[in-house]
Amino acid sequence: MQDTRTTPIRVEVSRLSKLFPREGGRLEALRDLELVVPAGSFAAILGPSGSGKSTLLNILAGLEEPSMGSVALFPRGAGAPLQRRLGNVGYMPQRDLLLPWRTALDNATVGLEVQGVSRREARERALPLFREFGLEGFAGSYPGALSGGMRQRVSFLRSAVTARGLMLLDEPFGALDAITRAAMQEWLLAAIPRLQSTFILVTHDVDEAVLLSDRVSVLSPRPGHIVGTLDIDLPRPRSLDSASTGQFAAYRGRLLAMLRASGSLGRPAPDEALR
Amino acid sequence: MNLMRPLRSLLRTLLPPALALGLILAAWEGYSRFVLSALPGGSRLLPAPSAVVAALFDNAALLAPHTRQTILETVVGFGLALLVGLGFAVLIDLSPLLRQALYPLLVVSQTVPILAVAPLLVLWFGFGLLPKVLVVGLVCFFPIVVAGADGFRSTDPDLIKLFRTFGAGRWVIFRQVRFPGALPSLFSGIRIAITYSVIGAVWGEYVGAQWGLGILMQRAQHSYQVALVFAAIVVIAALSIGLFLLTALVERLVIPWRFRYEAEETVQMPGVQPVVATGPLDNVSAQ
Repeated sequence: MQDTRTTPIRVEVSRLSKLFPREGGRLEALRDLELVVPAGSFAAILGPSGSGKSTLLNILAGLEEPSMGSVALFPRGAGAPLQRRLGNVGYMPQRDLLLPWRTALDNATVGLEVQGVSRREARERALPLFREFGLEGFAGSYPGALSGGMRQRVSFLRSAVTARGLMLLDEPFGALDAITRAAMQEWLLAAIPRLQSTFILVTHDVDEAVLLSDRVSVLSPRPGHIVGTLDIDLPRPRSLDSASTGQFAAYRGRLLAMLRASGSLGRPAPDEALR
Repeated sequence: MNLMRPLRSLLRTLLPPALALGLILAAWEGYSRFVLSALPGGSRLLPAPSAVVAALFDNAALLAPHTRQTILETVVGFGLALLVGLGFAVLIDLSPLLRQALYPLLVVSQTVPILAVAPLLVLWFGFGLLPKVLVVGLVCFFPIVVAGADGFRSTDPDLIKLFRTFGAGRWVIFRQVRFPGALPSLFSGIRIAITYSVIGAVWGEYVGAQWGLGILMQRAQHSYQVALVFAAIVVIAALSIGLFLLTALVERLVIPWRFRYEAEETVQMPGVQPVVATGPLDNVSAQ
């Protein structure tokens, strides 16, 4: 994308805590979370269900505000952080959430239209990506006629054209079957370098985190905080074959050890009340 | 042959009820002709279907202006209910307090027998168009409000969340997500409302009117023209069915995505090759 409005964003999260009022007290979702994601890199947040992953993404997207601490997004080269996160951060949900009354192309442009871009210009920006994302010929199809993987690609496209340098991926392939998920991961690996963006992926899939990311941060069970980070130095371009290397297995082993040490393995998963 | 398949399935759907209706009508015809005719005045009390059809044609000139009046009341009353009902549905959706305050009242309002209210409406508003329109409106109002409010309410919260990340405000979310998403539910309410709307008009006329199928039926009853009563009933049923089918047609035009998941569309872009998009299902249906 040669879109000049898109500049990769550096993310700085400092001493972030989030409390939710609950009957008879408060629920602490996140506590003193520290996270720095360099501009243009791909970061994964790995954690068990109910560790506050979705809360963290909601705060990064601007849907919720921190109870304590700060979140700052710096576009590359800018001295001051963005004033407003809503409308600037691309958010890709687990389900594709396409509108059944809009064609694939009109679904891809809906975010831009909401942001005040004319329909014509929005189409001009989105349509070239249909070709790049392997969706050529399906611009006029309704979501009901698309496969799960294609719908998810349209959903990704919709977030990608709306984002200004930061994309949040909330277990984006969690709803897909294993084979489609593998295909989508490989597809995403190819798509990443074409987008001038920073990525933050939230997942509970260790392999997915290693395969896609430059750095994996492990989140503890509630109240969530980062218990460890691991830089992934697998050479790019990567593919699913990268997962069969010894290096990959070593990374997986170290991440599993971190999860075990933080108490995420070998105990029943906490309820999902925070989702 | 692409056209034949839906035609054949339509035939399969229509055949059993058509056969059943034919049998009932034949039995009725036989009973009226051979059993009741033995009694003095018997076939006048329950005229045979053939006599009803004859009455329908003989009285066409009489039925026409009354039918026109009933249609007018129905359409105006339904339109009113649609406007006010949608307004209420939006109000209920916008404010949880209003939902709590109004929803129970709406349900209670349905327990008031409209047949009992109709004479009061005539008392208050005279014998003209207004009381009939109000009866139709009262009958149609409830299903529209409830279906509309439920439709708005059923919006996927994740979808609202996604649109908020685009920077969308409340109004944009309503227009882009909640309203179109509520249309299927709203239409099921409209289908119920339209089915009752003609009956509502007839109720209103029954109490007191100069024109309309309701008052025509009453006059015919008082003068023992039972065949004419049945003829009016046939017209009322035909009107209800016609309006129902019309609604179904409008529904298909307004929310085609509910019925047709694949589509062919040519997207013309400046400086870009036109993209003719075909869904995978197209290949199947084109065989």
